[in-house]
Amino acid sequence: MIKLQLPVEEAQIRRLQVGDEVLLNGIMVTGRDAAHSWMIEEKPDEIRDLLKNSMIYHCGPVVRKSGDTWSFVAAGPTTSIREEPYEADIIGEYQIRGIIGKGGMGPKTLAALEKYGAVYLHAVGGAAALLAQAVVKVHNVIKLEEFGVPEAMWVIEVKDFPAIVTMDTHGNSLHKNIKERSTKVASRLIGIE
Amino acid sequence: MGFTLDVEKFRDAVVELIRRTSTDLPEDVLAAMEAAREREKDGSPAKSVLGFMLKNAYTARENSTPICQDTGTNIYLITIPEGVSLRKIESAIVDATRMATGKSYLRPNAVDPVTGENTGDNTGTMAPYLHFDEWDEPAIRVQLALKGGGCENVSDQYKLPDSRLKAGRNLDGVYKCIIDAINTAQGLGCAPGVVGIGIGGDRATGMIIAKKQLFRKLTDTNPDPELATMEARLYRDLNELGIGPMGFGGNTTVLGVKIGTAHRLPASFFVSIAYMCWADRHRSMVFKENEVSYD
Repeated sequence: MIKLQLPVEEAQIRRLQVGDEVLLNGIMVTGRDAAHSWMIEEKPDEIRDLLKNSMIYHCGPVVRKSGDTWSFVAAGPTTSIREEPYEADIIGEYQIRGIIGKGGMGPKTLAALEKYGAVYLHAVGGAAALLAQAVVKVHNVIKLEEFGVPEAMWVIEVKDFPAIVTMDTHGNSLHKNIKERSTKVASRLIGIE
Repeated sequence: MGFTLDVEKFRDAVVELIRRTSTDLPEDVLAAMEAAREREKDGSPAKSVLGFMLKNAYTARENSTPICQDTGTNIYLITIPEGVSLRKIESAIVDATRMATGKSYLRPNAVDPVTGENTGDNTGTMAPYLHFDEWDEPAIRVQLALKGGGCENVSDQYKLPDSRLKAGRNLDGVYKCIIDAINTAQGLGCAPGVVGIGIGGDRATGMIIAKKQLFRKLTDTNPDPELATMEARLYRDLNELGIGPMGFGGNTTVLGVKIGTAHRLPASFFVSIAYMCWADRHRSMVFKENEVSYD
């Protein structure tokens, strides 16, 4: 297990390899479909300091509010590939060091990871109750009214949030390798080799 | 046999059904995952991921919080005695859905497809989705599945013949479609999943048949011997694909394969595939006038 403290230096990220298990600590921001199109279309400045050398978590949480305090009740990753059209530009624009989600991303993002020095981290999909426990504090929420609970950008502090590097800065993607292998088996079973 | 519906009692029972479904994974699913973990190699990501999933399921049960934040499409199968008002049942379930959302058992998940607006309480046009049936018991049976978006997005429908797969209009052709669909899905449906299959029907009926299979016990055997053989063959071969939990590689790609059929038109041969994630949330309750029991 490799502990990473956010914000994180580019050099440290470039040392990570596909298959590394990491524990994330510090402040990150959730963002999914609405947030990604907002970041691309309006390039908001208010989130620059927050995102620089930090990470975006593809997550639409279940939250609870008691008094003025928000907390995360369930917070597993959502499917990342929907953000493929946006992510490469966002990583460059905001100097992001990592994307956390599930299912992996495509060639455009993989190239951006190498170019800008960022990794794709896979969290365990569906493991929302445990992952919510790693979110120790909700610092702020951006665009809650406009985007709604799942789509808002939640600024969260995590402690030992577990994830696995599945796309690194060296052009490697675990998703690509697994798919190549399973497709060979599938073609044999189907009889279309 | 008479049956008088106490709407408020029924509504509260549905809220409890939603809580159980969202927070407490069925025993057969847990057992299948425990067995899967045993089969994976020590020190492999597959083994550690399955362990993490199981720990998550037990934590959710203990804390009564959702297993997954995507509390999904709410699919109800409702079986009623003769003469009970469907409209009353529907309105009670809609109320229960609002209450369960307020208690954070469900995430606000109903979005207007035209305006993009989230209703905030999981209700809306057609939502939640209800399917009705009738039986002779003096009781209402409610079966609920919460099906996440990730696994719904990798669900699929094929039309036979399929020249790319060299798949004809027979069971062998069906087999080829399923292998292709699960290979295409990779880990994106939150593998290891349960595969519900509908053979035949029109496009809508075929998919409903596929989804209804997800309510079967993982340990049951298909009463049709030919389909039972096909289920076993697909289970074995799909696990040979090596996709593994979350697509990280491993011996467990699916937890179960269940097949149902519907008569088809001579001109149409659809194969409908409903993929359910490992967080296979489905529960049922039987509501009688004086008591409620949950499975």
